[in-house]
Amino acid sequence: MIRRDLLKGLATVPVLGAFAYAWYKKRNYERYLKDNILEEIQLKATAPEVPSSGPMDKKIRLGLIGYGIRGKQLARAAGFAHPELIDSWIKSASENGSDNRYKEFLEQEDLNVVLNGVCDIFETYGHMAREAGANIFREGSGGKMGPAPKRYHNYQDLINAEDIDAVIIATPDHWHGPMAIAAAKAGKHIYVEKPMTWSVEESYEVRKAVRENNVVFQLGHQGRQTESYFKAKEAVDKGLLGKITLIEVTTNRNDPNGAWVYPIHEDANPNTIDWQQFIGQAPDHPFSLERFFRWRCWWDYSTGLSGDLLTHEFDAINQILGLGIPHAAVSSGGIYYFKDGRTVPDVLHTVYEYPHRGLSMVYSATLANNRKRGRVIMGHDASMELSSDLIIKADPRSTRYEAKIKEGIIDPALPLFTYSPGMQNVDAVTSPTEQYFAGRGLLYTHRGGKWVNTTHLHIKDWLNCIRNGGTTSCNIEQGFEEAIAAHMGTIAYKENRKVFWDADNERIV
Amino acid sequence: MKYSNTQLSWLVILRIAIGWHFLYEGMVKLMNPNWSSVGFLLDSNGFLESFFYSLSSDPSLVYLIDLLNIWGLILIGLGLILGFLARPACIFGIILLSMYYLSHPPFAGLRYAVPSEGSYLIINKTLIELIALAVLFVFPSSSFVGIDRFIFKK
Repeated sequence: MIRRDLLKGLATVPVLGAFAYAWYKKRNYERYLKDNILEEIQLKATAPEVPSSGPMDKKIRLGLIGYGIRGKQLARAAGFAHPELIDSWIKSASENGSDNRYKEFLEQEDLNVVLNGVCDIFETYGHMAREAGANIFREGSGGKMGPAPKRYHNYQDLINAEDIDAVIIATPDHWHGPMAIAAAKAGKHIYVEKPMTWSVEESYEVRKAVRENNVVFQLGHQGRQTESYFKAKEAVDKGLLGKITLIEVTTNRNDPNGAWVYPIHEDANPNTIDWQQFIGQAPDHPFSLERFFRWRCWWDYSTGLSGDLLTHEFDAINQILGLGIPHAAVSSGGIYYFKDGRTVPDVLHTVYEYPHRGLSMVYSATLANNRKRGRVIMGHDASMELSSDLIIKADPRSTRYEAKIKEGIIDPALPLFTYSPGMQNVDAVTSPTEQYFAGRGLLYTHRGGKWVNTTHLHIKDWLNCIRNGGTTSCNIEQGFEEAIAAHMGTIAYKENRKVFWDADNERIV
Repeated sequence: MKYSNTQLSWLVILRIAIGWHFLYEGMVKLMNPNWSSVGFLLDSNGFLESFFYSLSSDPSLVYLIDLLNIWGLILIGLGLILGFLARPACIFGIILLSMYYLSHPPFAGLRYAVPSEGSYLIINKTLIELIALAVLFVFPSSSFVGIDRFIFKK
């Protein structure tokens, strides 16, 4: 009877043995695949090396020119948010527990800077910039404030102020060059929004002024701080993609804001806006609220898709591949959707040729469709898709991976390598479900990798070079390359011809 | 309760199959250092969406949920396979599965990022597994075949 009890009582125990055996076999097979792939690619999915920064003990005195959409974001990234914005974050967080914007802002590292001067030619923004600059304790309305920065009505006065070491320029494109040049000449360090310049000529002048005056220059391509781009560079440098012949970068947007039809502020009128200062070097034009707030729609003040969005794509690829200025450019496109009087195209395609590197880069954009086309670097052996994540897939016809594809170790339909910032994954080959989440940015918001604002890191990088020397991640040489490439695309579009870069004479021809 | 040998055999097979599934789900999560319930919680839909969302917003809570999930799945799996405290295991299994089901109910009009491998309307495999556990609860087999035989002497 006891024997019978034992047999029946433990009858199912062998199932655990079967489970363990099946588990072991499966793990072994997966390990075999992973080891083989890792041996082939020699690339770990651990976080890439990113430049470290030195001590921050020296307080840097900032000036901010332009407190529009981007100026507000830059001020925030430097640690200065308008109290009303904080009010809205707090309200939103109380209604929706997963809204962490205020919490994240409070956690944003203190960069040891003081905002001593602000300049905006629209009264309301000028006042708001002061209020943001005073908000050193990061509080909402009615909270404790620090001293408000001085407001300047003219950028020259701000640049020349004794108590300002460095300036952040976030104005319309046609002001980037003149302000950067003035700041360099005054010996002030410069963080200027992209594109670096509005005209070709200014590009040489900005470069000359920065070089001669030895100021620290950072161009506002915060993408330079994106972790996956560092990893992408590692992968390319290791030759995982094989010979690269084609790069495809895209912009797809489909809403008025994305097409630069920004809201017009209710306080705005000829009395509250210094229109003459806005015009600057642009052709004279009667006062226009549309032109003031939606300046990106007119060549008079803007560089269109080339300067606003192509430059981000160009700079990302330039960071990874170090392509420099292209040999030639052609462009085509038109104003096909936004028939609102704009002069810049809303559909644009630019092709850059790099014969010495044996590759082309294609940029393609529309402001009236939101399809995600991504950013892909195509090589003979693999393709790399780049966003905040990085996915490399072997090419089915690759020479390098041919044997492993035949053996079934590499499946061209599945990622050969993936990198998602914040993942502590050391063996890189992730499950499809994880991929699915990662692609939507769902996994790593709350744990492990903490999301940090890239603009904040980009400003931090600039400040670090001011304090401790070294070169910024988007320095004047890279800025020059960005500006010239963008201008080549624009000239090709406007003049409907193929334009070339004469590298010996440094001229666009 | 008295079963024929065939009835008992199939009840034990069902218990082992569900136990195996629980154990494997738990082990997979245990062995993956990146696994977290956050993605699943954030993918929630339906009338309890905000509840599951709120669970995901507190990192320490998420940590607890992850731990409960992993060890819950493993212990329930072992309990069912070995027939050890199999009835409590059924109850806890039903609770876990109801959480999974309610966070991702396959109702008309709800869409999920988590890929689904079949076609479901109201009834999905999670719910069927849950119902099967309920069946196992009301038709206990572990006191015949399983360690419970030693515990709950007839």
